[in-house]
Amino acid sequence: MAEPDKDAVKLPETETGTVVYKVDPLIVKHHYEIDYIHSYAQDSPWFLGLMQGKLLGTRCPKCDYSYATPRAHCYRCGGETEWFELPKEGTVHTWTTCYFGSEEFLKETPFHLILVEFEGVNTFLLARLVGVPVGGVRIGMKVKARFRRLSKISPTDVYFVPA
Amino acid sequence: MRPVYFIAGGMTKFAKANQHKDFRAMVKEAFDYAMADVPNLTLDMIDGSVASYFSDHFTRQLKAASMVQDYLGLCPKPSRRHEGGGATGGLCFQTAWESVASGRMDICVAFGFETMSRVNTWKGNEFIALASDTNFDYPVGGFYTGYYAMMVRRHMHEFGTTVEQMAMVSVKNHGNALHNPWAQFPMKLTVEDVRNSEMVADPLTRLDICVMSDGAAVCILCSEDALEKYDLCDRPVKVTGIGCGTDTMRLADRPRHGVILLPHESPDDYRHLEYPGVHSFRAGRMAAKQAYEMAGITNPLEELDFVELHDAYTSSEIQTYEDLGLCKYGEGGRFIEEGHSTLTGKVPVNPSGGLLACGHPVGATGLMQAVMALWQLQGTIGKHCGGDATLQIPDARRGLIHSHAGTGTYVTCTILERGF
Repeated sequence: MAEPDKDAVKLPETETGTVVYKVDPLIVKHHYEIDYIHSYAQDSPWFLGLMQGKLLGTRCPKCDYSYATPRAHCYRCGGETEWFELPKEGTVHTWTTCYFGSEEFLKETPFHLILVEFEGVNTFLLARLVGVPVGGVRIGMKVKARFRRLSKISPTDVYFVPA
Repeated sequence: MRPVYFIAGGMTKFAKANQHKDFRAMVKEAFDYAMADVPNLTLDMIDGSVASYFSDHFTRQLKAASMVQDYLGLCPKPSRRHEGGGATGGLCFQTAWESVASGRMDICVAFGFETMSRVNTWKGNEFIALASDTNFDYPVGGFYTGYYAMMVRRHMHEFGTTVEQMAMVSVKNHGNALHNPWAQFPMKLTVEDVRNSEMVADPLTRLDICVMSDGAAVCILCSEDALEKYDLCDRPVKVTGIGCGTDTMRLADRPRHGVILLPHESPDDYRHLEYPGVHSFRAGRMAAKQAYEMAGITNPLEELDFVELHDAYTSSEIQTYEDLGLCKYGEGGRFIEEGHSTLTGKVPVNPSGGLLACGHPVGATGLMQAVMALWQLQGTIGKHCGGDATLQIPDARRGLIHSHAGTGTYVTCTILERGF
């Protein structure tokens, strides 16, 4: 076998490069991105419920304590909970209007966030409130659940509007 | 548990961006400052360290603490990293205390840092929001200012707290920082300035909210044996109380039952209050109760000379007055309005300027509060603040430091007392 030509051995040169913002100190652009294989695991029924227009909560049969969120085990006794369908109507326990946000949601501002309180349920649900102008949200306001026709497999598949 | 002393501290000036030093060099700067304050202490005498930083996303480097341990010349000694959101620094300080109190180490270094300038502000907010439940909270519009806005909106509803009272916290803390050369954001403000600044999440404006920062801080703790044997420090500060509390990750899951009472409170004070709901930080009350019991404090307002607390939002300072029992639940708004937490008030709160004015490089913040408290108790504020002793609390003998993670999921309280 012939000896390789030592002068010809090199890393390939490419057309891609690095964005440099500054040289003192040296500051460059570094890109990072990743796709996860994410399981909703024991909370899956909650998301699947939303696809069928059902809003599920969880209840501990032993403690008679109910959660307006998916929670497979009770935080009071550690026992397994059961799924139940939450009422479609509730009230605003507290609210805010976000004028800024994380990068992902900046384009959606301003938007209202509310914690929904359901009659007879011990905890709340975080949700978006739509159909109320800026300045129009009040604690105690009656709201009702609405569902996206085309599910995004997101907790925003359910949102609230004035009742 | 044996007695533990806090003997030296250091930090970098908190800044929006410190691009000339990476996290290793920033910690090194803070470490050298602390070491210079205890000249009899040499590197070989240190038994190990505890590291504090919040987000691997900000560092773009996993296991960054190993690189700091290496850079400081502390290998092959023991070390570990702590992570608990905004409370990371407070948790780290308590682990350093445990390392010495247990007898495992005689001299332990707690170091912390965060380099938040590596991304733009709104991406930074996204990283922070990833410290809320990413299945159920983040996708709804994950934004911590939004979560705290909902909490204080309920506080206003329950207790009549006003946005002007919240603004007074901003005026006080930014004003204090005018005398703190380590602070990022000193400013002379009025209540109107705070209310007229841009609305971020109703009712919180830009000046109700702390900023993102680059920074590092270091604390050195030691045993009584090491203190005496090596003649390390003639103004040691003793750690006399340790407390930590937690709460549910999702704000929505917070229960509503009875208040966790402090010794100077009675059940009659809160007959109709559903607690904590979302208006109060149960973890803060739990942390305070434990720390007070250990330090033998029964009336914090009378027995604390100052408090450095986690005011990421003006609202959280008001809510925390109540959790700490400086006043009863519901009285926090009036507490600031009546001036009890100002530099000359009954219990000065955040003489440093707090997070609002010092900045909040997350992993460094809780340790920065400890360093400021150390200097208060040593009576060396003037020495460390460029000769300006305006912030020195006269004859400060006992102080509380308080560290807090997102919506109160982890809270630590530590009591520090003059040990000389």
